[in-house]
Amino acid sequence: MVGMALACSLASMPLTKHLNVAIIDSNPALGSRVRLKKGDPPDARVSTVTPATISLFKDVGAWQYIEQNRHAYFHKMQVWDYTGLGYTRYNARDINKEVLGCVVENKVLHDSLLSCIETTDFQKTFHPSRLTSMTLHQSSSSMGMDSTLLKTTSSSLGHLAKLELSDGKSIFAKLVVGADGGKSRVRELAGFKTTGWNYSQNAVICTVEHSVENRCAWQRFLPAGPIALLPMGNNFSNIVWTMNPKEAGNRKLMNEDDFVKDTNAALDYGYGPHPKSSLLEMGDMFSWLRGDVTLSATEGFEVPPKVVKLASERMVFPLSLKHANDYASKRVVLIGDAAHTVHPLAGQGVNMGFGDALALSRVIAEGIAVGIDIGEVTMLKKYEEERKRTNIMMMAILDGFQKAYSVDFGPLNILRAAVFHGANYISPLKRNIISYASGDQRLPLFS
Amino acid sequence: MASKLLNYCHLQALCSRHVFSPRLPHPTRAALTLLHFRPFSDAPSSPPPEKPHSYNNTRNDIGMEKGPIQTPSSLKELELVKFASIAETWWDPEGPFKPLHVMNPTRLAFIRSTLCRHFRKDPNSSRPFEGLKIVDVGCGGGILSEPLARMGAAVMGVDAVEKNIKIARLHADLDPVTSTIEYCCTTAERLVEEERKFDAVISLEVIEHVADPAEFCKSLAALTIPDGATVISTINRSMRAYATAIIGAEYILHWLPKGTHQWSSFLTPEELVLILERANITVKEMAGFVYNPFTRRWSLSDDISVNFISFGTKKVQ
Repeated sequence: MVGMALACSLASMPLTKHLNVAIIDSNPALGSRVRLKKGDPPDARVSTVTPATISLFKDVGAWQYIEQNRHAYFHKMQVWDYTGLGYTRYNARDINKEVLGCVVENKVLHDSLLSCIETTDFQKTFHPSRLTSMTLHQSSSSMGMDSTLLKTTSSSLGHLAKLELSDGKSIFAKLVVGADGGKSRVRELAGFKTTGWNYSQNAVICTVEHSVENRCAWQRFLPAGPIALLPMGNNFSNIVWTMNPKEAGNRKLMNEDDFVKDTNAALDYGYGPHPKSSLLEMGDMFSWLRGDVTLSATEGFEVPPKVVKLASERMVFPLSLKHANDYASKRVVLIGDAAHTVHPLAGQGVNMGFGDALALSRVIAEGIAVGIDIGEVTMLKKYEEERKRTNIMMMAILDGFQKAYSVDFGPLNILRAAVFHGANYISPLKRNIISYASGDQRLPLFS
Repeated sequence: MASKLLNYCHLQALCSRHVFSPRLPHPTRAALTLLHFRPFSDAPSSPPPEKPHSYNNTRNDIGMEKGPIQTPSSLKELELVKFASIAETWWDPEGPFKPLHVMNPTRLAFIRSTLCRHFRKDPNSSRPFEGLKIVDVGCGGGILSEPLARMGAAVMGVDAVEKNIKIARLHADLDPVTSTIEYCCTTAERLVEEERKFDAVISLEVIEHVADPAEFCKSLAALTIPDGATVISTINRSMRAYATAIIGAEYILHWLPKGTHQWSSFLTPEELVLILERANITVKEMAGFVYNPFTRRWSLSDDISVNFISFGTKKVQ
């Protein structure tokens, strides 16, 4: 998705639309363009796109295709935990916006980007195969090899990156963009080292159905990990439930009714009491901020809608934190999950990736404007500097949350509850949090 | 050091009425050898010529003195490999030419905007210089010539140092877009004799190494077609430039080898404008480059007290 977003972004800018792009993706959906129909059953894999990503899609002209398929804007969000000591409600009106984000199935996102790129006369070629090997630095003495495709003399190709695909073809490129996910082959072949650790948690993902419409995003932190309920539209919602690997294995295999019961318990009365809608007593403590109280602070605690049945298969993914030490070197650059993988607890992962795609396309355009070779490492390092700062900050915050919520310890619980209350009632803080999570703000606190 | 330079300037002023008269031979031998110290050429620095510098003895780029240009009889494999390995240094973004590479996009941004406006080309096109003939006088390894070619121009790069031309040609041949650049080991005066004409004549960071800037400008002007463009960049002869470009760049940051620049050879913007006027070129725009040590980036600005670049057009007779 992130790679396609980069291609769309390049196609939409006048300085870059003459570039010749080869898209290498072994995803079968790419080859056979089966048109998505509205009545299709919902997929389990969805992404929450922030308003910043929505503007990116609108700028490249892909958002119109998303609106034709299943998607769900949500304007409310509620976060609480199992101790029942506190909760926070967010509303888009707090920052005078209409939506906090939109939940879209991954296949819809991908398809819309594909449709967008097909309508332009951007020169692209699809290669439905996998990358097997890549040679980046060829000295001038090792010239004399030729590829099966290109007829130009090999001396002029000696300094380009050479990619070999699983179907036997070779491609020469000025710049190789690795957008191939957390287990990136490009990253591996280019020799980028990564830092990170595995969380001892797996995520169970599935789509469920309600009897009423759900327009709010819910997240409850349980002792083993958070469970999130995200609205998808048409009474469907997506569940992302983080728990330890053994339980995840069990939950995947147990029968559907039991799973539905478990889910309802996790969202509602299981593990601990509901937080009290303590508007009156707690509100007094912060009455000196009363003049600026946000809309969501006046809303009481709500119970999420009941899950009626399971609407898709259950998938389990291991969770980890991973960050490439460098994003760029000569002729190679990484974007999206290939550069950074995060915990899904705040729905930021793919949005960071889309931010990378936008930044890279802008850097490429600036480079072309002054005639630089797009594989030039000084230019790519500019992209790396810009995005590394932003990404590392976000990753640190998310990791902090993950660690803070994985311990069940009395004083820490009370501290977390205090944080919930603070975030709920201290309006400037809440506005900051919403803006940062929506992608409107670059730094969490000081801007 | 500063007082020695000031004395030297005073001496020069005494010897010459106007600022633009040809530089007289240096009084001391030590100063002469300093002038001949060419850090970027591998050839041994030869003793100064017997006769005093004549008007036409310009020194393009950081090059060797005039004389018969030696060309090797045939390019052997060994030579190719040797040049290829040195070529990497010119083009190694972390190597000794790093300051030039870092400054390059900023210079190109100025050239792009002024030339697009003057020749009425679309700045949003990826090849705005399509159809323009440009000459890069003092091209060195081709750091400026290649981006110009990528922007669509028909580029000719000239340099007085044969080695630089070889390096430039080797590197340009790697990319089919830049392999169209015509590289020639010659000087601006020879090109004038050949009656070559170009839409735009660009000479960046050269004029401060030239013995007679006025004559050099006349040559550049002669190469430009009427209503064509001439872009010259150099360093201002100001105290601030002495502090940053000489002491800062050469002695403290070690960006350039010591002795690369002579403060007395710098030109002030007013002087440059005047000598260009005398060569029938009207300077239309001027900008300065400033370096931000925190972001480690150069940017264009109105501050012409250190590095500055000027864009002028040839008068239509």
